Amino acid sequence: MALCAAPAGAEGQLRLCADPHNLPYSSESGAGFENRIMELVGKAMRVRVTPVWLPQGRGYVRKTLNAGLCDVIAGVPSDFGPVRTTMPYYRSAYVFVSRANAGEAYRTFDDPRLATAKIGVQLIGDDLAATPPGHALAARGLVDNVTGYAIYGERPQVQRMVDDVASGALDVALAWGPQAGYFASRAPVPLQVAIAEAPPELPGIPFSFSMSMGVRKGDTALLHSLDAALSKIRPAIDAILTEYRIPRVDFTSSRRAEARP
Amino acid sequence: MNSIRLGWAVASLVTVLSWPPADGAAQSKPAAGAEWPMAGKDYANTRFSELAEISSANAKDLRLAFTFSTGVVRGHEAAPVVVGHTMYIVTPYPNILYALDLTKPGAPTKWKFEPKPLAAAQGVACCDVVNRGVAYSNGRIYFSTLDGQTIAVDAQSGKQAWRVKLGDITRGETITMAPLVVKDKVLVGNSGGEYGVRGWLTALDAASGKIVWRAYSTGPDKDVLIGPKFKPFYATDQGKDLGVSSWPSEAWKIGGGTVWGFVSYDPELNLVYYGTANPGPWNPHQRPGDNKWTSGIFARDADTGEARWFYQTSPHDVHDWDGVNENVLVDLDIKGAKRKVLVHPDRNGYVYVIDRASGEVLSAEPYAYITTSSGVDLKTGRLRYAPEMEPKLGRVVRGACPGSAGAKDWQPSAYSPRTRLLYVPQQNICQDVEASQTSYIAGTPYVGMDVRMRPGPGGHRGEFSAWDPALGRKMWSVKEDLPVWSGALVTAGDVAFYGTMDGWFKAVDARSGSLVWQFKTGSGIVGQPMSYQGPDGKQYVAILSGIGGWPGAIVAGDLDVRDGTAAAGWGNVLKDLPQKTTKGGMLYVFALP
Repeated sequence: MALCAAPAGAEGQLRLCADPHNLPYSSESGAGFENRIMELVGKAMRVRVTPVWLPQGRGYVRKTLNAGLCDVIAGVPSDFGPVRTTMPYYRSAYVFVSRANAGEAYRTFDDPRLATAKIGVQLIGDDLAATPPGHALAARGLVDNVTGYAIYGERPQVQRMVDDVASGALDVALAWGPQAGYFASRAPVPLQVAIAEAPPELPGIPFSFSMSMGVRKGDTALLHSLDAALSKIRPAIDAILTEYRIPRVDFTSSRRAEARP
Repeated sequence: MNSIRLGWAVASLVTVLSWPPADGAAQSKPAAGAEWPMAGKDYANTRFSELAEISSANAKDLRLAFTFSTGVVRGHEAAPVVVGHTMYIVTPYPNILYALDLTKPGAPTKWKFEPKPLAAAQGVACCDVVNRGVAYSNGRIYFSTLDGQTIAVDAQSGKQAWRVKLGDITRGETITMAPLVVKDKVLVGNSGGEYGVRGWLTALDAASGKIVWRAYSTGPDKDVLIGPKFKPFYATDQGKDLGVSSWPSEAWKIGGGTVWGFVSYDPELNLVYYGTANPGPWNPHQRPGDNKWTSGIFARDADTGEARWFYQTSPHDVHDWDGVNENVLVDLDIKGAKRKVLVHPDRNGYVYVIDRASGEVLSAEPYAYITTSSGVDLKTGRLRYAPEMEPKLGRVVRGACPGSAGAKDWQPSAYSPRTRLLYVPQQNICQDVEASQTSYIAGTPYVGMDVRMRPGPGGHRGEFSAWDPALGRKMWSVKEDLPVWSGALVTAGDVAFYGTMDGWFKAVDARSGSLVWQFKTGSGIVGQPMSYQGPDGKQYVAILSGIGGWPGAIVAGDLDVRDGTAAAGWGNVLKDLPQKTTKGGMLYVFALP
């Protein structure tokens, strides 16, 4: 198992740790927005990007970066401890997804409709853990009309939630922005996506996260090359994120920013 | 390492009545106890060997008889099984089944069966890719693979008789438990509660592999096989469709309660007993209610699967306490009355003695240091939780004892009808829990809970103790530096065996706990010791060495111990394990010269 990671660009290639079936992020077909962004990064760094496919799950960093299998993960939260992260290249937030014909978009956990609405929420496969909206719902005693969507299943978790909103099985879904924006834009009926305002009773629980690329701790040379490339191609990255309907918030905002576009 | 003696005079007043026959599924009839046909030795799950050649007086002379490398380096939790003159062992993933010929010098391989489970299953298993053993019945070996298949193999030829896919790894479902064969049915349960898997126990027709019944651990009564014969002892377990109403909305559909421990069987009552795992995968605040039928014990009709009673050891579990620990069936004289009981040392720190016909808890005494509860109310059957120890967002909980792995986990205890003691492999681990930094899985950022385990009072992390179930007290205890994650064995020679995570295989005097012999194996021990009589008439003791399992994954999975939360909190308390042992799967067999 003594795989030695090549130094960045040493052999003219950058090995990307990527999930083969995790749209909108990455796909073996190359259809994910991370695939597209990494192509641009590769061009800017003058290296060939070679994906190494492994499904994301427990121990992903250990099995990929730390096992020397590949050198960069295209999307991780900027304060994600197990890796060294680049400068953030976008910031998104948890969102409410509802049908466009079903009244105003949901924006806050104070919305009185939540008391009776059928709500979907992402479930994390880790004991005692929950997404920020999961914590917010529980804190308000909103549990009876809530359905949890497990990570594992036939289709992507958020796609199942969005489909259930479209079909009327759910009134509203609370999901992480990039997945929600992408799948909502592809739903058979018009859906509305709105940034969820963080509830005041959960100070310190972030509802928006900046996203970076992640490299092995100590892989400083690669980190600097990636940072340089990312700042060079920032407008092109924004265009790709817009194309994928990724809701974004200002980097400076922690809570109440408006969605772009 | 010190051992303490307590109240032997008192202990001798207790008498054991009519030892259950529990002759297992073995068909051939050599000397009593010559064979070991299933992981738990017998239907009562005693792990007691009737062989007495090796005694506490001569065990000091034990020598290595032969070894066998399994070629696999993950956690070896299985018990070797011996029927006739053949030993059968199953490895962790890729779940290779070996038959070793005990009639020949060095026990060469008779045949090898490779089921080739899906490699993707490795990424799904929560806590190392273990397998807890095989079962022999009527000429066949039955076992399961990590990717959710159960397979019957001809014990003579090693040829497959049938295989069925019971679990779906794309939904997070795996199988790690050792099956139990009762009459014409193979009983198998699933693993994977942390991924939203709904737990079940399934009975397969031993001849064909066809599913005869499946009993879910959550949901409506018809799915749980609850009918008119269901007579739970306590009021909180009585009512219609509690497996639905004790959860918010549809949460029972992904509610956990998997079945990955050992199953016991009482032929006289024709009931099978097993524990259900913790509720999941929700943060506890998202699933208010008792979350039936998770973290408890079921008694079911062995033929139809119909539930007879249920007892919930940890209602609305918030500490990750699966109820899957073993149920050892013994007949005790308690307060002058003969009682058919099951003895269940739970994760939550209490040894339950339960009337196995009615489900009444006769006693529940602490066998470990506990801060998370203040006892069990025997009137209502409820565990009295300490609310301040409940993990909660925004609150740091320190010194929750026992921690998530419990006072003991899956590692099975052994019971001797001679000493009337239960030999219990234990942890002494507490933990701190707090909302952690950002975590990330499958493209979704979230707030993780940081679990950091610490040694309990005294600083030792493990213990091997002798428990008197009739008196409800500890008779002696051997402190161990590391958690004792191996199973226990006790023999008619009054010797008890267990292994340590740094690789020592130990024999102690079953009456005093004094160490009489030890042998350093190549890797840490997390397996189940067993004993059999060889074709030469001699008594042998066997153990699989090979570090791994939930705590051992730090070594087996090359986890970074600088991350205190690695292996769900074990990284903090077992930082030194990688210095104390290395990977490697090997069978060790011992005998007197």
